[in-house]
Amino acid sequence: MNAPQKPEMKKVINESGIEVKPLYTAADVEASGGMAMVGEPGAYPFTRGIHREMYRKQPWTMRQYAGFGNPADTNQRFKYLIANGQTGLNVAFDLPTQIGLDSDDPLAEGEIGRVGMSIDTLRDFEIAFDGIDLKKITVSLTINGAAAILIAMYLAMAEKRGYDIKELRGTAQNDILKEFIGRGTWIFPVEPSIRLVGDTIEYCAKEAPKYTPVSVCGYHIRESGATPAQEMAYAFCIAKAYADDAIKRGLPVDEFAGRLSYNFNIFGNIFEQVCKFRAGRSLWAKIMKEQYGAEKPGSMWLRMIAAGGGGGLTFEQPEVNIVRGAYYALISALSGTQTMALCSYDEAYTIPTEYSARLSLRTMQLLIAEMGLTETVDPLAGSFYVETMTNEMRAKMEEIMAEVDAQGGIVKMVAEGTIQAKVSAQAYGMQRKIDSGEFPKVGVNCYRNEQEEDHPVEFHPYNEDDARVQIESLQRIRAERDNTAVDAALARLRADAAAGTNVMPALMAAVKAYASVGEMTKELVSVFGRYQEPIKF
Amino acid sequence: MTDAQRRIKILLGKPGLDGHDQGAKVVARAMMDAGFEVIYTGLRQTPEQIARIALEEDVDVISLSSMAGSHIPFCRKLKPLLEEAGLTDKLWVIGGNLPAQDHDALRELGFKGIFPSGSKLDAITEYIRSNVK
Repeated sequence: MNAPQKPEMKKVINESGIEVKPLYTAADVEASGGMAMVGEPGAYPFTRGIHREMYRKQPWTMRQYAGFGNPADTNQRFKYLIANGQTGLNVAFDLPTQIGLDSDDPLAEGEIGRVGMSIDTLRDFEIAFDGIDLKKITVSLTINGAAAILIAMYLAMAEKRGYDIKELRGTAQNDILKEFIGRGTWIFPVEPSIRLVGDTIEYCAKEAPKYTPVSVCGYHIRESGATPAQEMAYAFCIAKAYADDAIKRGLPVDEFAGRLSYNFNIFGNIFEQVCKFRAGRSLWAKIMKEQYGAEKPGSMWLRMIAAGGGGGLTFEQPEVNIVRGAYYALISALSGTQTMALCSYDEAYTIPTEYSARLSLRTMQLLIAEMGLTETVDPLAGSFYVETMTNEMRAKMEEIMAEVDAQGGIVKMVAEGTIQAKVSAQAYGMQRKIDSGEFPKVGVNCYRNEQEEDHPVEFHPYNEDDARVQIESLQRIRAERDNTAVDAALARLRADAAAGTNVMPALMAAVKAYASVGEMTKELVSVFGRYQEPIKF
Repeated sequence: MTDAQRRIKILLGKPGLDGHDQGAKVVARAMMDAGFEVIYTGLRQTPEQIARIALEEDVDVISLSSMAGSHIPFCRKLKPLLEEAGLTDKLWVIGGNLPAQDHDALRELGFKGIFPSGSKLDAITEYIRSNVK
């Protein structure tokens, strides 16, 4: 008698579009390209990590996203996080600051200090970072549209406090191309926006060579609907656009490439994410070496921040997000990230409270103190599954990058809105799958509580009074500063912007004269114009 | 054309400075798939712009997608403008990051349909279909 027919095993395809097999052997590794790209940690092509000893030498930097209200409120939160063991800062700005509006602009009403801290002038940065040792605690500014202005402000603040900006470390997000795809804090049209990123790269390469002026974000593209492989491939296309601009200015690749960094998302299938990072590290190294002729290893490093994954969190059963966050931190550690900014469990609702921010810190500290995640470099290497999937993810990313090139490049696709339409269509497809239950989401379409209890999330309070304080402070500064010097600095800024001269020296002079974010933005808009969003479905 | 055959026309606006438009665009696609005519505004709309477009386009539904917490101050400004424009007979709907404790205030401001994050797409389109006048 014949054995009963086994039921057909369901085919599993990961989000990136790669089939996941029930079993992997040495033959799969071989068929996918073998171990040629694995190498050693700290050596080309860096699949296993950019440093030889990785976390043995230094665990990942812990950099929770924080900022709200006015600079004094945020300074308190920074100090609280540092007291609880945080090793870097990741600054959240309110929306008016992010899009270059002063606090007293009518459009800013109701938004001041709501999703981040409000910054108008250098005075605000002096207050926000007061008492924080900028050598010990590196600062990452989550700013894009107004990045050139805020970088100038940060460097000026550090200089004023006696730091040598040649030695100053820190990061600005400053990835405007992804803002057009997701997140939306653009100000100027695409071309001048890229030029401003180039101005910051060029200026920092010369004047602040240890500062990281750009953190290219796959993160938000993933949140907008991209798959993990697209997330990384599109981020590389964007980074190449910035690199091309720098090279056009005559900067040698090894003078700026080592100061580019990345920000990636972490939610989804554990192995797909880990392999995404391992694959991405070797692909970026290969691109920098073969396409750009980089020679310094640092120019080939995929330095990154990870552990955020807002798109994976749920409104339903928010406590379950604490557990998701723990997995995100685990995935990030297994992926060999340099920095973690772990999303807090209440992120789907509100900006983190002290309690939830501390809980995220403890989650990462737990991995270091108790779980042995810092002891061995790239512990998943050599697994048939992980090595095969790493090869397959790399091939998938190369395929996606070639598609972008074939369609005229990422800058053109962003300007025309085609990439936005593509990821948005994917986001819609995914939402349909979640609604139908085809894509399982705990608490949303499966394992729902019998009776959904009231969400036990404590809301970070919004203090309406902060706006009044901020506006009064701005108006006081406008009255007290040397307005002749401000006018001269703003005139120079406009002239340099129009002449195609690097605007950073003019911005440094303007911020030092206490010109406001809104005033400087207005000058730049008068030359560059404003972005008009292409709406495509 | 009889009322029953008339295609439902919707304004979908992104109020304020918030740039999180993934949800708005997903909902716009769901509305189009449901057969509605959708006017999506893009980002950074002021209350005045929303009211003007709603009036000029003669929409049946005025819907907003808000993710960054400023929904109450925005709707407070929008309500008198919609009233002034004579749009009180239209269906006002809002979705996004809307904490439960704000729902009563939104209802009082005239937003009858409230769809916090996590709402199903079909729930939104079915609500509109059965409540539009």
